[in-house]
Amino acid sequence: MTAKMPKWADVILIPVINLVLAFLVSGLVVLWIGENPMEALFIILKGAVGSPYGWGYTLYYATNFVFTGLAVAVAFHAKMFNIGGEGQATLGGLGVALVCLSVAWPHWLIALPVAIIGAALFGAGWAAIPAYLQAKRGSHIVITTIMFNFIASALLVYLLVHVLKKPGQMAPETDLFPPGTNLPTAHVMFGWFGIPFPKSPPLNVSFLLALAACLFVWLLIWRTRLGFAIRAFGHSEPAAIYAGISPFRIMMVSMLISGGLAGMMAINTVMGEAERLLIDAVQGAGFVGIAVALMGRSHPVGVFLAALLFGVLYQGGVELEFEMPAVSREMILVIQALVILFTGALDNMVRTPVQRIFLQFRTGSA
Amino acid sequence: MDFATAIQILDSMLRLSAPLLLACLAGLFSERAGIFDIGLEGKMLASAFFSAAVAATTGSVWLGLMAGLTASMILAALHGVASITFRGNQLISGVAINFLASGLTALIGQNWFRLGGRTPSLSGDARFLPIEFPFAESLANVPILGPIYSELLSGHTLLVYVALAAVPATWWILFRTSFGLRLRAVGENPEAVDTGGLSVTRLRYQATLICGLLCGLGGAYLATGMAAGFIRDMTAGKGFIALAALIFAKWRPGYALMACLLFGLLEAIAIRYQNIEISDFTVPVQFMQALPYILTVVILAGFVGKAIPPRAGGEPYIKER
Repeated sequence: MTAKMPKWADVILIPVINLVLAFLVSGLVVLWIGENPMEALFIILKGAVGSPYGWGYTLYYATNFVFTGLAVAVAFHAKMFNIGGEGQATLGGLGVALVCLSVAWPHWLIALPVAIIGAALFGAGWAAIPAYLQAKRGSHIVITTIMFNFIASALLVYLLVHVLKKPGQMAPETDLFPPGTNLPTAHVMFGWFGIPFPKSPPLNVSFLLALAACLFVWLLIWRTRLGFAIRAFGHSEPAAIYAGISPFRIMMVSMLISGGLAGMMAINTVMGEAERLLIDAVQGAGFVGIAVALMGRSHPVGVFLAALLFGVLYQGGVELEFEMPAVSREMILVIQALVILFTGALDNMVRTPVQRIFLQFRTGSA
Repeated sequence: MDFATAIQILDSMLRLSAPLLLACLAGLFSERAGIFDIGLEGKMLASAFFSAAVAATTGSVWLGLMAGLTASMILAALHGVASITFRGNQLISGVAINFLASGLTALIGQNWFRLGGRTPSLSGDARFLPIEFPFAESLANVPILGPIYSELLSGHTLLVYVALAAVPATWWILFRTSFGLRLRAVGENPEAVDTGGLSVTRLRYQATLICGLLCGLGGAYLATGMAAGFIRDMTAGKGFIALAALIFAKWRPGYALMACLLFGLLEAIAIRYQNIEISDFTVPVQFMQALPYILTVVILAGFVGKAIPPRAGGEPYIKER
């Protein structure tokens, strides 16, 4: 069926229709609450992209969503649904904290690569167990990764309360990381070129890391032998086995990469923003990754654009709550749910009629 | 630990197991019919909110219950439309429903009551009150059996007994009626059911709606029975523990009761004792909280008995094929 539709319709037209539907329903929700949806949209856009300050927050959030979105996308290519981004990012944060607190780092340029390895290793490690159980014992990866999210959160609370807590303080958080690990913020980086940028937004050098991760995933999936094997396995397991591709290897490798990417989100939040490890540093970004990957059709460019959109929504949502108290920040959660619903679960609702139209068009012209 | 403490812990186990049990049986109906449902959490949450909100506004717990059941069943129908009619991914639909419930309840709650997403506290007729068994008072002093009767079994709210009664009812419907046979068949081999002249779509919708009904009861119990009002995200992962219990129970009603009682007991112990000391070793409370999830992973891994889900679970049925 898909072959009968031009590629642009599949890649651009259908996601756009899905998105428009999600926003229309969101607008109805706002209308039902008794506020003007157009005005709400304007406040969101103005708050998110109307000033350098807004951009600083929008891109900071987008950085998180690029990592978690890519994580879900890589697993999707191997037909695995990794809902465990939340737990993997939690563990990634632990990895970052352990690296940053281990020695007195002289400069962030030295600390960053080691912290990246720490984040990716811990994230990948947390994904490894569900991946192994799926590959070897057939345990459903969706259920095991959900369970591992809860186990990760309990583990982190335990570690922060009993092991890593700074002595003599009540709050369950680690000591501040040494100054040698503090990543340059956008304010500092723009300063190198003499461009003024507000000081408060947490946007930092991790954003460039997120762009590099997009490029890495694109190269991996479409330009390497491994990426080919992952896609082949995702399209048809029997065909992949016939071609000599080991399902165990593909499941493990794709989930390890996925978990590593999710873990790297912590570079942005834990090392870049909080500069210490807190309880609930992930704040649902692992789940936003699902919406981002679905909307971005598991392609790095799509993931980046979708992450940007969610960054706008998250930052704009904060402003919206401030300017329109009747519409609380949870509106963003509703929009997120509708995006997942329309682009993920109800995809066929749009796809089937669009395909029919194209089919009719084709037979009419032939 | 003395006898009185044991009775108290078991009493709180029953209280805490009831919502798990209702959600677990809800998932059982759905998954036995081949529809995976990770949206149990969202449906419970929606029901908890609307039952508390309507009960607070009207002062009647029964109207609240109706509102809660309706909300939960609307979400169940949405899951049905996405996964049966439009053959979408059932897991993605479940994720969406969880977010939708979490967002909408907080949004509407804030807009409706302006209490930061909470509903006002419920009292009197706006709540399910404990039901005292006959002679509970006078039999309390009988040794052993007295406390079991008057403290452990008596004095729960209606929905706890409904949850317990739902176990044999579920067993009877699934294994002793023709509807149950068809329901199970549609989760194992929908082609055969279709060939037999029955509608796969209709059966699966019925299962999904029963799932919504039971989740609704569970959610209403949380907000109007166990607690006195709704607070934000009050289900706090109970829907996922119920899902874990369902796998633990290998999709069987009797085992579901056992699994939910076990998970309820773990929760009761975790609430009562912050840290448990076994000789020199201290078991942290976080471990007790994570234990249901760890046990489920162990069961799923197949090291202790194998959990085999219904064969056609998670796959949309395509008639033309």
